[in-house]
This record gives sequence, structure tokens and C-alpha cells, in this order.
Amino acid sequence: MQPTPPAPSSSLKPQTSSLVDLYRPQLTCNFGQLEDVFPDCIAEAVALLSPQGVKDYLDGASLICRIGRGFEPVLIYLEEMPQVASQLGEGTLELVSRTVWRLSRGTNGKAIPHFLQTIAEAARRLGSEESLERYVDLMMGLANRTSTSIHGNQNATFPSPGLPLFLDQVPFLLSQLSLEGLKNWVEYGIHNYNGHPERQKDYFGLQSADSRAILQRERRGTLFMDRERQLDLYMKALWETKTQYVPYSEGWDELRKPVPYYDHLGIRVPDVYDDIRAPLSNSPPDSGGKGKRLPAGEILVSGIDRYRALLAHIAAHRRWSEPLIADNFSPFQRVAIETFEDSRVEWLAMAQYPGLRRIWLALHPRPGEEDCDPERESCIRHRLAMFSRALLDPNHGYRNADLLEFAAKFHELMQSKDNSTKAVAGLAVSYIARTRRQADLSPNVYFTDTLIDYRDDNRHLWRYIEEGDEEERFDEERKLPPEEKETDRLPPRHYPEWDYQTKTYRPDWVSLYESLHPAGDPMRIDALLSKHEQLTKRLKQVMDLLKPQHFVRVRYQEEGSELDLDVALRSLIDLRAGSQPDPRINMSHRNDGRDIAVMLLLDLSQSLREIPEGCTQTLLELSQEAVALMAWAVDQLGDEFAIAGFSSNSRHEVRYQHIKGYSERWDDRVKARLAAMEAGYSTRMGAALRHAAHYLKTRKADKKLLLVLTDGEPSDIDASDPRLLIHDAHKAVQELDQQGIYTYCINLDPNADDYVKEIFGHQYTVIDRVERLPEKLPRLFMSLTR
Amino acid sequence: MSHAIDPYRISEEPFYQPQADEIELYEAAYAERLPVMIKGPTGCGKSRFVEYMAWRLGRPLITVACNEDMTASDLVGRYLLDAGGTRWLDGPLTTAARIGAICYLDEIVEARQDTTVVIHPLTDHRRQLPLDKKGELVHAHPDFQLVISYNPGYQSLMKDLKQSTKQRFAGMDFDYAPPPVEAGILVRETGIDEETAMKLVKIGATARNLKGHGLDEGISTRLLVYAAQLIKRGIKPNAACRMALVRPITDDMDIRITLDHAIDVVFGQA
Repeated sequence: MQPTPPAPSSSLKPQTSSLVDLYRPQLTCNFGQLEDVFPDCIAEAVALLSPQGVKDYLDGASLICRIGRGFEPVLIYLEEMPQVASQLGEGTLELVSRTVWRLSRGTNGKAIPHFLQTIAEAARRLGSEESLERYVDLMMGLANRTSTSIHGNQNATFPSPGLPLFLDQVPFLLSQLSLEGLKNWVEYGIHNYNGHPERQKDYFGLQSADSRAILQRERRGTLFMDRERQLDLYMKALWETKTQYVPYSEGWDELRKPVPYYDHLGIRVPDVYDDIRAPLSNSPPDSGGKGKRLPAGEILVSGIDRYRALLAHIAAHRRWSEPLIADNFSPFQRVAIETFEDSRVEWLAMAQYPGLRRIWLALHPRPGEEDCDPERESCIRHRLAMFSRALLDPNHGYRNADLLEFAAKFHELMQSKDNSTKAVAGLAVSYIARTRRQADLSPNVYFTDTLIDYRDDNRHLWRYIEEGDEEERFDEERKLPPEEKETDRLPPRHYPEWDYQTKTYRPDWVSLYESLHPAGDPMRIDALLSKHEQLTKRLKQVMDLLKPQHFVRVRYQEEGSELDLDVALRSLIDLRAGSQPDPRINMSHRNDGRDIAVMLLLDLSQSLREIPEGCTQTLLELSQEAVALMAWAVDQLGDEFAIAGFSSNSRHEVRYQHIKGYSERWDDRVKARLAAMEAGYSTRMGAALRHAAHYLKTRKADKKLLLVLTDGEPSDIDASDPRLLIHDAHKAVQELDQQGIYTYCINLDPNADDYVKEIFGHQYTVIDRVERLPEKLPRLFMSLTR
Repeated sequence: MSHAIDPYRISEEPFYQPQADEIELYEAAYAERLPVMIKGPTGCGKSRFVEYMAWRLGRPLITVACNEDMTASDLVGRYLLDAGGTRWLDGPLTTAARIGAICYLDEIVEARQDTTVVIHPLTDHRRQLPLDKKGELVHAHPDFQLVISYNPGYQSLMKDLKQSTKQRFAGMDFDYAPPPVEAGILVRETGIDEETAMKLVKIGATARNLKGHGLDEGISTRLLVYAAQLIKRGIKPNAACRMALVRPITDDMDIRITLDHAIDVVFGQA
């Protein structure tokens, strides 16, 4: 009897050899190694797939055979695809083989094995055919856009440098990111590193800093950073403590996962927690699923509640735990004492906040009573986890006599007066003695379902008389060779930069160094001022008009300088009508003081050294005069005023030079710095604006004004796209606007209209006749602040 | 000029739960007719205490809620125009001084400093109130006493009493009652069971811990009473607490979330 066509569901396990005979001819492939693996693969395929699926499977394998990339791709395809197709649908068979075919036609053939390796993991993570399809599109997009060609050749000639590295990272990336997040991460990499093969490799190999930073930003789950204030308030409100938090990442340590702990430096918390969801129906049910079945995907414990569970546990330790001498106990006793102590502090915490039980219970594993074989494995962790579960869960359902007896003893102890750490340690020691088994010492320790991840590692519980090596710090600073210190400037501040194409910020993209401007000869500034004596006289007249003398009418005064007729009439009518009249029928006036904080930001880039047409002085000298006059004028007016200059030498070095601070007087020291003004390098405006704003926003004045004096558009040596810095500067102006800072630009470039409008909107002036700048600038300031 | 005393009399005993020896202290101050200043956070029972003492001493009570727009004439009195000419109308302070009532100026710092100066002559040995517009000098009734309340917590630097005003009063500090006592107050005021009352007090304590960290004031005893009243009406405790305790006091999302969580863990439901 020959099953033709094969119907796996009805046929009773056909012999493997007959399967090979039947299907081998359908696979056109002549690799010698194939014969060894084919029987197993086809048996699996027939068992899992429909007849049409088996046909597609073999067609796909034939296709991959023909691409001429050796046997490896075929082997991976044959081995992985039956599983994938049975889980996600048989459409995936053709999807994968077609994708491999397309890759092989381009320049990225080398990436094919890498791609095939990711399929099984991607399928498992993504869980549906559509998602897998989107993943493949994403990958193909990356391949096409990063493959480069030269000399305008129609076809790409160089393979994508980042693709194989990316594919190697896919399993990890998918464990951290949603498909959406992965897409954003990839987009960022393509966008920023397309022109740099080496940097592209670093990015997609997760080696570069911003690659990790973007990954962090796109991660799923509850980021600690976003919730820090809430958790701070939580600790303050419910536990009356305030602490430092030190977030650590679980993303990079693959071998040994860090565990939360606390010491005098603060509480170490994971930087992100995912929500815990009810398991999906097609994934194998883990032991947590033995309880009441919830609809798949429903949130059991939210990320923020996991943080709260952790912090509540630690806070309970801090409140009730007392340290013990570690040297007095054996390692097993210590493990037991830790578990008992954890349960003890939780019991005390739940007495205060009963609602904590729900969260802790949902996070606590539920070890099956018979899961561990005490004859062959060390069950010590399993026993303690069960015990801890039993104390937390009234419906634990365990039947072990020792466990029940000690659980009862524990509750009895907790009800009694002496429920200290010491007392419970005594109970723990007798429990470990009672339940001791021969296999406890076995190296084969049973770990499944015994890790209670919201608990800290209890290092605070032990005092060592002798230096132990039990403690371990994963975040301890490594001793690096001391680097050369630059003493003359502050450590850099990092600012983001706006990328208008992706509509995102590049995190910490620009490093800004702030320093004190070197000093020169203050007499030069005085000389400049006396040169403009005529001008200063005229300015002074204007300023006298400007000085605080605005009257503001204050109405509704019971006693005032004048009668306010409106109100008086109203009161009279009230009175006649028999209701209570408002007696505040007078008004008065008061002076309105000026309350302005000003920051003058000077562009000190190289172009300032030019001598403009029709002038005898450089732009720098003209600016110097103008700034000196303005500083003098503002000083006369008594407004808060600061001056700083900026220039840049790539994104790694934006210089911000401090010339006058708010608290400094307009004196010789400031004049000396102004006199020494130098021009050089480029104009990266956005970061300088943000840094200036950081000073300005802490001022308490009603009005805040940031004046930018510049002579050209933003540019820098490492920015190939001039639009980028213009957009970034515009974004910075918007940010400042939101912080209540009015930004105004004074531009010395006669052709500035196009870009300056784009950056500053209508808040700008272009000064055409530069030689009149010294006169214009102070006047401009006064008209702005009138 | 006759004033009806009766509307100001307190006929029924208000409930007041003494926390320490404040009743004794107040009685001694009253015996000497010393002006008294009562300090404490909002909703901790200052007004209730004054009401209770007025009842206990059998004196009428005239309460004035102070505000920024209040003028001296609002306290002392003013001339009104009427058909036949003008007519003098006594303000609450003058009335109290005439009939021998306890005059209670609630939240005195809300009034402007130049307004509060009018109480000065009444609060020292003179015990007089000059009505300069009327040309009369009112001698305070022997039973007259002035009490002011003052919440030092939320006022800005701008709003404080002048030293010359402060130094005319004997001061008493009030604060939220300790947990068991506060729970007792909730039980007595609303009739809820003791256990729920303790839980409400616990939530109150969590919010009071946040004072100065985004909250200007903690949850007052008054709000706890509201919550208890809602629970007594059959509202679920979590919902009642959200409505009465959290929503009124803050719009800060983080604090709301924290307090909502505190309610959930204290009442043990989610």
C-alpha cells in the first residue's frame, strides 16, 4: 500500500525510508551531505505540515540549493522551517525562501546564513506571520539602503557592512525591543551611519555608545528613569525614607544577571522592568500558570508595580532587619535565614499594607511540590522557595508535614512579642536541620522556579568578622589608569541635537565645554567707549526715558489718589438698591519696575575675522565695540545681564566661553575678557543656545531675553547637511520659547534672511551696514525691552 | 443700640476630642481675657475647638473669615447712606466687643497687614476699640475675647503677621491627632467601624509624609471625615478615598498615582 498523495493526518506513521523515496525526487539538490539529514527533516515536515506545505517546503529548499552558496543555507532551512511553518503558518516557507533568493541576487549573499539563523528565534519572538513578514521587510530595507554603489552604477556593488552584524544581534534585539522599536533603532543607524562603513558596523554590532543609547530609548517596559519621581514619592509616602537609586542594566550581562541590592550608596534597581503578562496560549505553560488562567496577554503585574514590590521589600528590610554575624552560620543556614528573614519582613509589611500581598504573590514563583527529586538533586533552594511561597500564599496547597509545621511555627512566632531577626534565624536553622537531605551537598542544584526576582540579595544582613569573598559588586568601579586631567575647564555637558529627518533627538550628541574666557587689557574697552563718546551721550538720553517710570493704574482701592468713576457709580447704585456697596471706589498709581534678565550670546567663529566691504575694522572689532557699548548701557539700566561666546570644532567640542556672569559687575575683569575676544572654528548654534538657556532659566526675572549676535548660518566641520544645524537651532529656539525665554537674533550677514527666518521666526534683525553695529546694538536692546 | 446675642450662641455641644491639656489652657487664658492665637495645619480642628470652647464657656461666638480684600471697615463697621442721610453699621469686631462675644478671626494672615492693625487696641490692656469715623470709643464688654487662627504651613513669606501683632497673643499649637485618636474622631463623627477608620488614618499619614515634596498640605482630618462619610454611604473604600482624599489635594500625576497606590495597598484591593 502506497500512500499517494501522502496525508499525514490519516496515514499511520509511514516508514522513513518510504518517505525518502517519495519526497527525495521533489528536492533538486545534489549536495552529498544532504542524504544524511534528509530523512529526519522530511519526517518532521510530514508530521507538522499539510501536503501543500511539504511541497512548498521542498520547493523552497530547491530554490535555496540553486543560489550557489554551499550547503549551509540549505541545511538551516531544512532544519528550522518545519517548526516555524507549523507555528506561524505555511506562508512563511515561501517568504523565507524568496527572501534568500532575493538576497543572493544582490551583493549581500554573505549575509544569507546569518539571516537564516535568525528565523527560528524571530518567529518565536514575533509570533505571527505578518510580524515575521514585517521583520523580513525591515531586514531587506536595511540591506538595500546600506549597500553602496560607486560611479552612479545602477546596481549596488558593495555589500552592506552592517547587515551581517545586525543579523547576529537580532535575537538579543528582539528580546529587548518590539518590532516598532527595532524599526526605529535600524532607521537611526541607517540614517546616521550610511556614509561610514566602520561606524555603521559599530552601530549595528551594538558597539557604539549611541547605538546602546537608542536601544535603551526604544526598549519596551517601564523605564526607571521615567518613574523615578513616582517611586521617590512612593518611598517617601509609604515608607518615610528617602534614598538614592542606582539603576543598573540587565541588558549586557548575559552570564550572570545582576540582582538588586542596597548599601550605603543607595538602592540598586534594574533600569527597566517589563510588564508581566499571562502566558500566550501557544507558548509552553510555565509553572506560574498553574493557578487561575487569565486571558492570554493580560497584564498580571505592571512594571511600576514590580518596582514597588522591590522597593517595598527593601524598605521593609531597612525598617525591620538587623544584621547577623555571618561567620556563625554555615552557608546552608545562611540561605535559610535569608529566606526566613525575607518572609518575616514581608509579613510585617503586609500587616501594615495588606494590598502588597497581591503584588508579591503574583511575582513569587510557585514551585511544584514534586518538581525536585531529593535523591538526585540538591533541593535546598526548592524547599526554601516552597516555604516562602507557603508563607505568602494562604492557598498554597503544599502537603509536606515539615513545611506545614514550620509555617505554623513561623506564624506563631510572628504573633508573639519576640519576632526579631534573631528569633526567626533560630527557626530557620532548625528548619534546615530538620529537612536536611544527603543530596543537598550535590553540585546538581535544582534552580527552576526558585528565583524570587523582586527580592534583593540580602548582603545587608551579614556582618563578616573575617573578610569574605561572598560579596560581589557588579557595578563597582574598575580601577582604570588615571587619565590625564585637564584642569582649566569644567567637565563637558552633553546636549541632544535635533535630527529633522527622523524627527528625533540624537541623545547626548554634542559635548559642550565651558571655560572662562582669557583676559586681556581692560583699558582697550575703556578706550573704545570713549571713542564713542557722542554715541554714549545720546544713548544716555534714551535710557533716561527708559528707566523705570511707567505708571500702572491700580484700581479698587478704598483709599487712593483719584476717584474711579465707574466703580463709584456702581457703588451708588448698589446702595440705592439696598445691597452692600463696594467702598473701594478710588484708584491709585504705582511704578512698574523693569524685571528683565538678559543673556548676550556671541558667535566667535572664524568668519568674524573678515573685514566686511566698506569697513576698516574686522567684524570682531565691531562686535567688541557693540558689546562694550551695550554692556555699559545695560549696566546703567541695572538689568540682569550676562555675556558668553561660543564656537565649535565638531560635535565633540563645542566651546562656550564665559565673559560676564549675572553676579559680576561691569568692571575691569569683565572688560579684560571682552578685550581678549578671539575668533576661530565653526558655529554650532543649537548646543550653545541650550546651554545659555540653562543659565537663563534659573534667573527669577519676569522677562528673559536671549540675544544672539552672529554673522552667518550655523555650520560645523562634521555636519555634511547644512539643513541639519539650521533645524537644530530652530528646535532649540522652540525649546527656549517653552521655557519662557525670548530669543532674538542680530545677524551681520546681509544675505541672512532665508535661514535666519527659519531659525528665529520673526525675532531677528539683519544689520546691513555693519559699521553702524556699535550704535545699533544698544538701541536695539532698548527698543526690545521698552 | 441693641444687638441680638442669641444668633451667636451655640446651643448644642459640638464634638471635640481633646488631644492634650488644650481645654485647660484655653480656659485659663479666657479667665484672664488674654487674646489667643491658634496655629495649625488646615482641617486639624482649630475652628471646631473654638466653637467647642465658646459652647463650654457659654459665650456667643462671632466668626470672621479673613481674606485679602478685607478692609478695616469690614471689621469695625461703616456708615451707610440711606434715604434720610447716613446710618452707622457695626462690623463684626465691634459687635463682639459690645456684646461680650468671643470674636474668632479665621486665617488672619489672609488679611492685609494694615487691616489687622485695627485689632491692636482691643488686644492689650486698653481693651478699647476707637471708631474714628463715628467718633466713638467702644469699651470692650468684660466677657469679650479675641481669638485668631493662623496656618503657618502654606503661607508665603509675604503673608505673615507683623511682630507687633504676634506679640499680643498667647499661642497654642494644633496638629493632626495621633493615629488612634484620629481614628476615634472618625468613628465618633461618622460611625464607621474602627478598622476602616484606622486604614483611613494610615492613608492620611502617607500623604502627610509627602508634605513639601509636591504637596503643600497633607490630607486633613476634615477630608478623612469626608471619606468616612462616603464609605458610610456605601461607596467602596477605594473609590471613596480617591474622591475625598486624593482628587481634592493634588493635580500632580505622580503624586496621584502614588496615593492611589497607597490606597490600594492599605485597603488590599486592586
